[in-house]
Amino acid sequence: MHERLPGPLLSSPLFLFEEAKELIWKIEVSVKTDKDDPAGRKTHRDLLAQGYSEVDDVKVTEVYLLDGDLSEEDVLSIAKRLLADPVVHEFKLTSEEQESAPASSSPGSHVLEVYGRPGVMDPFEMNIRRAVGEMGFEPRSIRTARQYTMRGELSKDRLLEIGNRVLANPVIQEIEVGKRPPRPETKVATPGRERVEIPVLKADDAALQKISLDRRLALSLPEMQTIKTHFTALSRNPTDIEIEMLAQTWSEHCIHKTLSGPIDFMGEKFSNLLGETIMKSTRDLNLPWCLSVFKDNAGVIALTDDQAVCFKVETHNHPSAIEPYGGAGTGIGGVIRDILGTGMAARPVLNTDVFCFAPPDTRPEDLPPGTLPPLQIMKGVVSGVRDYGNRMGIPTASGAIHFDERYVGNPLVYCGTVGILPCNRVEKAAHPGDAIVVVGGRTGRDGLGGATFSSYELSEESEVVSSGAVQIGNPIEEKRTLDVILQARDRDLFSCITDCGAGGLSSAVGEMGEGLGVELELNRVPLKYAGLSSVEIWLSEAQERMVLAVPEDKVEALAELILSEDVEMTVLGSFTDTGRVHLTHDGETVLDLDLEFLHDGLPRVEKKAEWNPSPAAPLTIPSPAPDAGSILKTILSHPTVASKEWVIRQYDHEVQGASVIKPLVGEEEDGPSDASVIAPILGSTIGVAVGNGLNPDYGDLDPYRMSAAAIDEALRNVTAVGADPERIALLDNFSWGSADRPQALGALVLASKACGDYATAFRTPFISGKDSLNNEYRVGDKIISIPHTLLISSIGVVPDVRKCVTMDLKGIGHHLYIAGFTRPELGGSQYAKALGITGGEVPQVDAEIAKKTFIAVHRAIQAGLIRACHDLSEGGLAVSLAEAAFAGNVGATIHLGQVPVKGFSQEPSPHEILFSESCSRFLIEVQPDLSSAFEQVFEGLPLAKLGETSLEPFVQILAPGNETILREPLIDLKEAWQATLRFS
Amino acid sequence: MKPVSALVLRAAGINCDIETEHAFHLVGAQADRVHINRLKSEPELLSKADILVIPGGFSYGDAISAGTILANELRTSLQDPLRKFVGEGKLILGICNGFQILTKAGLLPGFDLFEEPAQATVSFNASDRFEDRWVRLRIDSEKSPLARGRSFLEMPVAHAEGRFVAEDDVLAKLSAQGQIVMRYVNRDGEIDGYPSNPNGSVDNIAGICDPSGNIFGLMPHPERFVYPYHHPRWTREGLRDESDGLLLFKNAVGHALERRG
Repeated sequence: MHERLPGPLLSSPLFLFEEAKELIWKIEVSVKTDKDDPAGRKTHRDLLAQGYSEVDDVKVTEVYLLDGDLSEEDVLSIAKRLLADPVVHEFKLTSEEQESAPASSSPGSHVLEVYGRPGVMDPFEMNIRRAVGEMGFEPRSIRTARQYTMRGELSKDRLLEIGNRVLANPVIQEIEVGKRPPRPETKVATPGRERVEIPVLKADDAALQKISLDRRLALSLPEMQTIKTHFTALSRNPTDIEIEMLAQTWSEHCIHKTLSGPIDFMGEKFSNLLGETIMKSTRDLNLPWCLSVFKDNAGVIALTDDQAVCFKVETHNHPSAIEPYGGAGTGIGGVIRDILGTGMAARPVLNTDVFCFAPPDTRPEDLPPGTLPPLQIMKGVVSGVRDYGNRMGIPTASGAIHFDERYVGNPLVYCGTVGILPCNRVEKAAHPGDAIVVVGGRTGRDGLGGATFSSYELSEESEVVSSGAVQIGNPIEEKRTLDVILQARDRDLFSCITDCGAGGLSSAVGEMGEGLGVELELNRVPLKYAGLSSVEIWLSEAQERMVLAVPEDKVEALAELILSEDVEMTVLGSFTDTGRVHLTHDGETVLDLDLEFLHDGLPRVEKKAEWNPSPAAPLTIPSPAPDAGSILKTILSHPTVASKEWVIRQYDHEVQGASVIKPLVGEEEDGPSDASVIAPILGSTIGVAVGNGLNPDYGDLDPYRMSAAAIDEALRNVTAVGADPERIALLDNFSWGSADRPQALGALVLASKACGDYATAFRTPFISGKDSLNNEYRVGDKIISIPHTLLISSIGVVPDVRKCVTMDLKGIGHHLYIAGFTRPELGGSQYAKALGITGGEVPQVDAEIAKKTFIAVHRAIQAGLIRACHDLSEGGLAVSLAEAAFAGNVGATIHLGQVPVKGFSQEPSPHEILFSESCSRFLIEVQPDLSSAFEQVFEGLPLAKLGETSLEPFVQILAPGNETILREPLIDLKEAWQATLRFS
Repeated sequence: MKPVSALVLRAAGINCDIETEHAFHLVGAQADRVHINRLKSEPELLSKADILVIPGGFSYGDAISAGTILANELRTSLQDPLRKFVGEGKLILGICNGFQILTKAGLLPGFDLFEEPAQATVSFNASDRFEDRWVRLRIDSEKSPLARGRSFLEMPVAHAEGRFVAEDDVLAKLSAQGQIVMRYVNRDGEIDGYPSNPNGSVDNIAGICDPSGNIFGLMPHPERFVYPYHHPRWTREGLRDESDGLLLFKNAVGHALERRG
């Protein structure tokens, strides 16, 4: 049953049973038969939903295995007083002596147990140990498992299938059929450390490529050649750890060599694409409120005179494809550490999450081999974000989910965190002589090779090859670490801080030591278990670790503070002024690298980029036009548009007591807010609004316009709730299928150019970004590539949160306005998707009119003239009006003939007006007595009164000539919108 | 006169301590966030405090079940100073995870202090998942000084384990002694099912107190409604003069002053 835990860098670990000297106890805690078992009921529902109708019911039992010097009386006391709740639980105690054979329970009843694989971290173990210790017992080991007892006629094969497909993830867990008798923990046995030289000196090109491939270094031939040249000059071969550190530092994940490298775009030359587009725009804008851009873990902008706010969004796509729960959890855990490592440590105040999945109703037979069902990925990802974010005490209050078949092998998981820090703690620097200190969790084999793993396409074998890249999070360890780091910051106990993310200590220490030097002993690194090689210690991506530079005279005070809250810290070495990284292990030099070569030695190879789209085909609306009401309901029920309430409610979006505009708003608190607003400085009414824009459907047709539309959407979102359009900053996250194919890279060039152009035009600077450029899935010879996906995240300052506005219609007899021009722009729209038609123009942003419109909306909000404001995005005016109406439980009637239009060569059809996705538009509700004041604010801008709100619970739409083309009850529209993603 | 002092307990995974401290500041009290390790080494900190608050969060990651490990720690390491604290008529408030901890430590319903086995518990939601939503609460007993002065309150809940469970005889005793302080109700103020009862609590119980009324625990979060703009429908209904959550903190401070005499 015990399989080898595979991993690219694990040198043949063996799992051995240790000689047991003491008794091992198994405690099974289950819900009393007369009490409700929600976990059992829910598991049963999940099984039925996945077609296992032969299961009649399920009971869930928590299993604890304790071994050590414990008597039966001791264990009884632990079970009774700690593990079992006297009101709802009963328990059963067995020892290996008492139960020798697996009991296969009663007929028609099947037992299956799920255990963590050896070497996989159990986040509960340490906490349970503390409690047992508090009672005076010191068990040698504590393990937890979950037992499922299923009633029904099930074959053994079917049972195994349930175990492997529904109840366990075989990447990190193993199943036992029948009750497993208590038995000793399996240990990961490892060979000792040895120095390994990599023979590059005598290698020809083929041999160099083979080295890169065999060790999964993801280094290209020119890069391998550069390494060979460097070491030839030194007359020696690199060690394994040296070449691994180079591979990590030079990985796409860490250095973004495509986006910052030379590109030839059909004759137009870039030496650094990002630098010459996005970053250039920020530099040119040179706004005084941008405090730190593109250099730290996150971008920082001023919020008040003395407080700043920072924001970072990361991708965690590959781990989430293989182990959605752990991948998403460590994704959010990682970006939280980015914020904790920004400036001299920021306090996280908000999490965001944006996901892209294949449609949840994808049929099993349509899944490529090796991929998980999209619904299972989605549920796993949501649970992972929930369990990590909620435990950290950070509200997850902003996000989106986009669905497209092409994400089937590569789901996208974007996790973001906003933090606040004092303006005078934005800068930091390590100094020669500072101690290198690691704080937080211990180092194990978790997540080895994540930085280089993300540089490969995924395939059927990825699960096997890369399970070493899967990390398991322990949010309480990170929360403890966060608590002490912020106290240490306020007592000024360190001079520099960064997080351990991809590339582990190698990346964190290597980056902090840039321009200095590093002297470090690997033996000092605290380990989860013995026997790690030098490479494993240095490259491990074990979670929950921060690296600090600490002046010698502050080490003691820091240690006292950190240990007082049960967090570990260790001095690993010191920063020097040698310009070299020098590592020893057992007294022997294992790594001696020139920092300049490490950071600047990467050869730059020009990549070719092209974009030759086929000319845009016109989009033809079928004649006669289908029923507008049915189309509207089809769009509302598309999972991309549909309500995400099932997801949102599982996140604590109000912890920290700063929530002002929640993700769900309206009469029943279930309408889709344009953006969330928090007032993170308790007691102050200054706020922060966070939104996002993403529309890969446009990118298929026009990546430049897609990019502009995403920026416009992100700006609309936060403007609609009350952010000041003059104080909005942006983040870019590119997820591309590949950057090696010229057409894909051409799309990337166009998207980057649009980012630069529009950030300049809107005066909304980009302050941070991240890319993930290898999101293809290989099935035999066929490649499934994700659509070009650019996520734009926005963060805006809200001058006074008491003036904020929400999207739900508020009152009867109020006026409804539309701001912005409607153009014939149905290319890539939800309307086209609903009707299965193609072609058409992708929405194009007129930045000048847009910016003026945003400013007018903001002025009107500040003046208290707006009752509701909702932006127009997917599904256009029809969807926006429907959402605003059912969220407010207020009816509405509008006249399409009033809508300001532009760019139509002939009389626009009602459907074009109703469903066009033109950018920079808002639906606005105004009280009649404020209408003229409101209209004045928009003088010279496209604005029109469309109709009025009403008591009648209908959305009614009249075509020019007053013909009713749509009349739908609010309750039907809302049901269409809510039903799709309403899971039990 | 010295301001009323609240001791806000911290531990690994407690995460509502800062906003709870802030709520006390808003009603003129002094508040200190104290880590459990420090309280164990300096239990005399309790004698300097008027009010002990165990805030919300996921102490020790909800390992075993929510609140169990911190409850075990209170019982084994702080039982005597806590008995003294309660004996002096001082208030203990448990919010969300704090409520879970108080029940699992045998301080609520607290027919006998630190009773073993505990007589009631807070267990997994009937939905078996974490939910964040605003609820309406009806005050059914004024035995706890914190819940006086209003018949209905609105606050958010955010938990996975908030379902109050007790046997019928315990419920009868709780009811007879006026220990059932608040129940989840619907918009009309009536007892109803999900979602107005968000977790399947027996008898819709949202918060209870001990027989003296001085120990009070509730699943909803009063510290998340201390400004009018915290309310989920303030953009519809306007900013209110009073924030429901703040009332509990005001009452706590009022009681502490009264006790001092």
